[in-house]
Amino acid sequence: MPVLTVHSAGPGVTVQDLGRTGWTAQGLSRGGAADRLALLEAAALLDQDTGLAVLEMAGFGGVFSTDRPLRIALTGALMQADIDGVPVPPNTSQLLAAGAKLTIGGARAGVYGYLAFAGGIVTPPVMGSRATHLTAGLGRVLVAGDSLPLGTDPAPDTPPRRLDSADRCRGGLIRLMPGPQTDLFDGATLARFLSTSFRRDPRGNRQGVRLDHDGAPFGVASGLSITSDLIVAGDVQLTGDGVPYVLLAECQTIGGYPRIGTVIPADLARVAQTAPGTMLQFTLLDIAQADATAQSDADLLRTLRQACQPLIRDPHDIADLLGYQLVSGVTAGDDLERDGDGTQG
Amino acid sequence: MPEIATNDSTGDLVICPLGIDGVLVRFSRALSPQANDAAHAFCDAVIDARLSGVTEVAPSLTSVRVAFDPAKTDRDSLTRALRDLLAQLRDADASPRRLWRIPVAFGPAHAPQLAEAAELAGLTPDQAVAQITAQQLRVLATGFAPGQPYLGMMPPHWDIPRQSELTPKVPRGALVTAVRQLIIFAADTPTGWRQIGQSAFAVWRPDSDRPFALDPGDAVQCVAVSDDTLRDLQANPDSNGGATCKVLR
Repeated sequence: MPVLTVHSAGPGVTVQDLGRTGWTAQGLSRGGAADRLALLEAAALLDQDTGLAVLEMAGFGGVFSTDRPLRIALTGALMQADIDGVPVPPNTSQLLAAGAKLTIGGARAGVYGYLAFAGGIVTPPVMGSRATHLTAGLGRVLVAGDSLPLGTDPAPDTPPRRLDSADRCRGGLIRLMPGPQTDLFDGATLARFLSTSFRRDPRGNRQGVRLDHDGAPFGVASGLSITSDLIVAGDVQLTGDGVPYVLLAECQTIGGYPRIGTVIPADLARVAQTAPGTMLQFTLLDIAQADATAQSDADLLRTLRQACQPLIRDPHDIADLLGYQLVSGVTAGDDLERDGDGTQG
Repeated sequence: MPEIATNDSTGDLVICPLGIDGVLVRFSRALSPQANDAAHAFCDAVIDARLSGVTEVAPSLTSVRVAFDPAKTDRDSLTRALRDLLAQLRDADASPRRLWRIPVAFGPAHAPQLAEAAELAGLTPDQAVAQITAQQLRVLATGFAPGQPYLGMMPPHWDIPRQSELTPKVPRGALVTAVRQLIIFAADTPTGWRQIGQSAFAVWRPDSDRPFALDPGDAVQCVAVSDDTLRDLQANPDSNGGATCKVLR
């Protein structure tokens, strides 16, 4: 069985799949990949199914190798990556040779990067899933020296493929649907919420992200005494001081702070991938509009598979050729600008 | 802005969406033993009905979320089926199946907000402890974190609001209170509830073949112990926090 070796890892590298369902009544939320679409994109590129387990890398990757040749794919947040110095473009399948060092750096856009292996990570499932659930204490972040069992790549010689990925790292307009507590907010408060521009706060994790805004907090009259009720990922909760949090994969299952609505699943990956400082705004769908956006994981994976194309290494097909590091040690020359503030990136 | 008058309500009962794949049936906005019993009885009825396309049924304090696969059913059909079940809902035996006795320390080292919470309830700390330990509470729901029980109900003067500021970290096993309920925390966590005691009881045991200690409906009685006794229980991971469980029916 192939083995993945972790030579170094950023502070938030975990094993994730699509999570464990069926435990809401006991208080355990589904968890799983913060950006489910990125996991399915990787599954499409590598001919895997919806049960695929991958590495999720929050903000920063690490250095990895395997002892057998197998295909890999990098999806989600844009992270600079190379195999023994040769750049790995995102959203493609690539062969990782036995013993070669795969180095993945910090996120240049987005938050959560995904490293998938054809054959998947095959750690023993716990309660029906391999997903690390940090808030529940199931599993842990990976550290240097860890090794993980991998499935065998059934077809390592498959030619590389690419998948055009929808950019979901720039914030923007997020679709909400009404929930059980939307009507606790008066019309003026709801209207103000929908016309407010929010900035993703640095405080955020797999449980949820905090949003900042200028102006008065958003509250309800009975805010600190309402009866706790069931929560789903995507709920937008206003804490006691009137600050919104969008709840993500590792959300609590029951909570007492009022929730103004629920981000639809199709837009939740964009919330998770919005980096601190990026702006978000909300729009409210009615129930029928929201329900019409439902798409099963299996359907989504089928669609993504059909969108995969051969990776042709013709320069005309590489839109941002200058963005690639074509020769080891030579870069496009704008590294400092891309690091934004000139600090060490 | 679309119309959001979405609630399909009869009296206190509301049927409304919770996510694109969920219907929430809420028996009341206010917690009462009746609303809690109704939620649990309805949860059992929905599970027993094995409705087509239903993927998960989960109860909370006063509501039940029925999750569905939109590829197999839709919100309208499911809502109709749930209404039929509501119409047939009968009173079930709501008496507890099990009684837990759980040691809790209320001394200064383990109850940083006991005095504050007692004052909000119009009590001295000693009176507050006496009222907590005198009562058999029920597990009204498990949630927020894995296996974490919402225990209630305390008398009406315990209707203490949550804090507006979160306490950054309350330890695993802490006994906290708000809105006529007590919770024993499953893990270290930030919270708006006030810590009034500390147990060494693990409600969530991920490495065990029975990861969730308590079931909804179980009865729980807190037993006051000294800070030293609690420290001894905490030092012995096999002690189960000194808790005992008696099967009642």
